[in-house]
This record gives sequence, structure tokens and C-alpha cells, in this order.
Amino acid sequence: MLTYIFKRLLLAIPTLFLVALAVFLLVRLIPGDPAQVMLGEGASPEAIASLRTELGLDEAVPVQFATWLGRSLGGDLGNSAITGEPVGALILSRFQLTAVVVLISVGLATLIAVTFGLLAAWRQNSRLDLAVLGMASFVLAVPSFWLGLVLLLVFGVMLQWLPVVGYVPFSEDALGAVLFLVLPIVTLTISETGVLTRMMRSSTIDVLRLDYVTHARAKGLSERTVLMRHVFPNAFAPTLTLVGLTLGRLFGGIAVIETVFTLPGLGRLMVDSVLARDYPVVQGCLLFTATLYVLVNLLVDILYPLFDPRVTVS
Amino acid sequence: MRGRAHQYLGFGLVGLLLLVILTGFVWLPYDPLAIDLDNVLAPPSWAHWLGTDQFGRDVAARAMLGARISAFIALQTVALTVLAGLIVGLASGFLRGWTDRILMTFSDALLAFPGILLALSLIAVLGQSRHSIVIALSIAYLPSVVRVVRAAALSIREREYVEASRAAGDGPLYTVWRYVLPNALPPVLIIATSLFGWVVLSESALSFLGVGVPAPAPTWGNMLSSARPYMASASWLSIAPGLCIVATLLGINMLGDALRDRLDPRNAA
Repeated sequence: MLTYIFKRLLLAIPTLFLVALAVFLLVRLIPGDPAQVMLGEGASPEAIASLRTELGLDEAVPVQFATWLGRSLGGDLGNSAITGEPVGALILSRFQLTAVVVLISVGLATLIAVTFGLLAAWRQNSRLDLAVLGMASFVLAVPSFWLGLVLLLVFGVMLQWLPVVGYVPFSEDALGAVLFLVLPIVTLTISETGVLTRMMRSSTIDVLRLDYVTHARAKGLSERTVLMRHVFPNAFAPTLTLVGLTLGRLFGGIAVIETVFTLPGLGRLMVDSVLARDYPVVQGCLLFTATLYVLVNLLVDILYPLFDPRVTVS
Repeated sequence: MRGRAHQYLGFGLVGLLLLVILTGFVWLPYDPLAIDLDNVLAPPSWAHWLGTDQFGRDVAARAMLGARISAFIALQTVALTVLAGLIVGLASGFLRGWTDRILMTFSDALLAFPGILLALSLIAVLGQSRHSIVIALSIAYLPSVVRVVRAAALSIREREYVEASRAAGDGPLYTVWRYVLPNALPPVLIIATSLFGWVVLSESALSFLGVGVPAPAPTWGNMLSSARPYMASASWLSIAPGLCIVATLLGINMLGDALRDRLDPRNAA
């Protein structure tokens, strides 16, 4: 098991290295002096000169990359070109909110998807199955930001049950924060259920056809035991991989939902810094989300053998 | 398996989209960019089927032009991604060895960036324009296409007819062109259909975030984005463009499912 984990870690290193290289080169691709680009139009010559020395821009490019990589590994992602705040701290403070929304939503979506996917596959072609499949296909066609807008229109504007604009930090007003987070979480949960349900249903159908399921039934086990003990673990493995991919993608990518609900999360930070051309922050966000994505998937790969007995660790 | 109705609905919705786009070339109810300050935020009526926006522009006309713009961007992106994906995927799957390993490491690194964030930062570098969206989304979706092509190429290269072609002394390029490429096309066609849907969705998301198609050109995404402040007073502005996206994606996805049922040999049983 330890060798397996070690091997997976080793395989992730070239990927992470290329990720870092791509993030580094991205800003270098912009025509002009990188220090000028990073600090923006109105920067003073002194500020540009000091950033030039800080970034080591007079050195050769590989040396610059090595310096930058070393600093990033140490957690120093530079400072925002606009507010001067350290990028690392900025990202972490914004990420908390995003992580809470994403973890709750993906957890709920997985629960719903597993339940309905399993039931739909168990009674394939039944009315329940068609309803589940129809809902999943419909949800797949609804953009999350529009779903959010419609929910906001119904529950915020028309019924006025929930607040429409703004956000209160959890530390200031716990109940208020929960009220602001209900709709984003519901929206994201619904949006992510579609793919997960389809995946769970199709892998359950595959597993139900296997001989050992027939055998378990022939032994006289109750359908409940067959489904929960024998079908579920094998059918869940592919869905788990998808959950990992979804988590990795969403940790960096709920910008649209944060925009609809005016939540100050990581996605919104990224969009705002792109619009403001705050390149140190853009770089930091990209590096952070991509690394997180690789790490989350690594974790899923490591957990996979625990769920799928067919995958032997060797 | 999923019944004919499903397929017909898919064809119907995609046909409707095509009809709307083609009609838009010869007739639009109003000039989609014409500002009419006497008719600001007018609710749907006989004169303006879908109402007017905060500048008095006709929503129906804008949605029709938006369909054309989004569909063109999606077509260009799909064409570019599939072409690049075929080249990289065939090279990777047919040559295997080091070429494969290096290309796959790059592909995995690219896959590590959340698609929309990657597109966002590429647009930040390239500048905001329709071409930037096409290039940025092509790069973001390239790894998914590469994977499909590579998997197909890996299995096709072991077939007898490829071996026969090699034994007959055909060069590798000829073998790939004559035997591997045509047999890899069905899965590519399936992913191209899905890709069209993903791109429509991503482009609308980018436009919604304010980094997509620049104003005043209308797309469904930036129509929704500019509708956000008027949600309480003019809800129709938030409804119509969203329904357009949903109808388009439903049609494309159903068409994709139908295609998959037909072309995927695993579903033959």
C-alpha cells in the first residue's frame, strides 16, 4: 500500500511541475515588461524597478522560474498589484467560503445521485427510472448560473424568503450567513446531481449484470442486502472518481455561482483580478486551484482500492 | 433503448435552433443593437414578443442574433479542438512509447486547470475578443478530445487490418490516414457533439462573467449578465435567454445520446 501511494505521488510531480511552468509562462506571454504588466499602467518607476529586482527579471528565464517556484513552494505567492495584500493570505481567506459551499453541495449531490442512481438501475426501464433519467438529462441542460438566477427570482424576489444580494461572514452573524448560503448550495447541488446520477445509474446497471449478483440472489439474500452489501460498493467506485474530479473542478470554478449570489469566494477573486489585470493574484489562484485539483485526484486514486475490491494494489 | 421520442425531440430542438439562426440572416424583428430610450424595460407584448432591455433594445432580436454568435463560436471551437485533438491523439495512441508519455503528461497538466479558469486566464492574456474565446476554449477542452482519440487509436492499432497494412509495407502516415483515422471517427463524432454543448455552456458562462463576447454584441450569457440588476423590475430579461440555452443544450445532449446509442458498439446488445 505504501509503495502504491509513493508511486502515485511520484507520478504527480511531473504534472505539478508542468502546471507551475504553465502558470509562470502565462504572464510572460503578455507582451511588454512583466514588472510593468504586473503592476499596471499607473505604477511608479521605483515600484517597477523594485519588483524587477524582486522577480529577478535581469536573470535568465530558467533562473527566474527557479526563484519563483522556490518562493511559491515556500507559500510566498507575491503581493496583489492593486491592494498590495499578500496573495497567499488573500486566496486562503476567500477559499474558506468556496470550500464550505462546494463540500456541502457535492456531499448532498453525491447522496442524492447514489440513492436515485441505484434505485433507477435496480428497476431499469420502470417509471421511476425514466423519471430519474429525464430529470438528470434536464438538469444537465440547465446552466448553473441561470438556475441560480431563477431560484433567486422565485425565493428572493417573489416570495422574499431569502436575501437577494450580499453576504455576511459566518463570524459576524451565523444565521444570516446560513440564509445567504442556502440558495448557492441548493443551486450547486442540483447542478451537480445530473452527471453523478447518470454515472451511478450506468455503473450500477453494469454491476447488476455480473454473475456474483445472481449468485448472491440465488443464495436467498434479501434484495436490500444484495443492493447494499454487494452491488453498492462496486458500483460506487466510478462515481467516487467522478466526485473527486468534480471537487477538484469546483474548488476553483464556482465563479459563476459566486457572481449570481454575490459571494466573495475564490472564483470571484479570480474573475475580479482578471478584469482588473491583477496578474500576481491570477497566477496565485491558478497555481492554487490546479495544485488542489491534482492533490484531490491523487487522494481519490489512493482511496480507490478501499472501495473497489477488484483493484488490487500492486 | 431510450425510445424514439427522445431522438425526435433532440432533432426537433436542434432543427429549431438552426431555423432561428437561418431566419436571423434574412429577417430580425428589430435591429438588435438599436437603442430606443422611449421603450425601456417594456414587458413582452405584440410589438416586442420578449420585451425590451434597459436600453430599449428588442430582446427577441437580440436572442436571435445571440444564437448565431454562440453557434458560430461553438462551431469554430469544435473544429479547432477536434483537428488538434486528432493530431495529438493519433500521434500519442499510434506511436506510443515516449511520444505518448510526454504528450500525456502535458495533457494531464492541462486537465488540472479548471476549464473555465484556464479559459479566463488565457482570455486575460490574449485580450477579450471572439477569437480569444475560441482559442481559450479549444485549449481548455483539448485534453478531453485527445483522450478519446488516443483510446480509439490504441485499440485500432492492434487490429488485423492495421497489421496487414504494415505488413504490406505502407508508411505509418498512410496507415494512420487510410485505416486508423476512419475507424476512430465514430467516438470523435460523439465527443464533438458533446463538445458543442459544453462550448455553448462555457461561452455563455464566460459572457455572463463579463469576459466573453464584448458588448454591444448580444449573446445569451451577456444578456443574462446585464439582466441581473433588473431582476425584480424586469424578470423577463432573466428568463428568455436562459430558456434559449436550456433548449439548445437539451437538443444537443439528446442528439448526442442518440448518436451514442447508434455508434457505440458497446450499446449494440
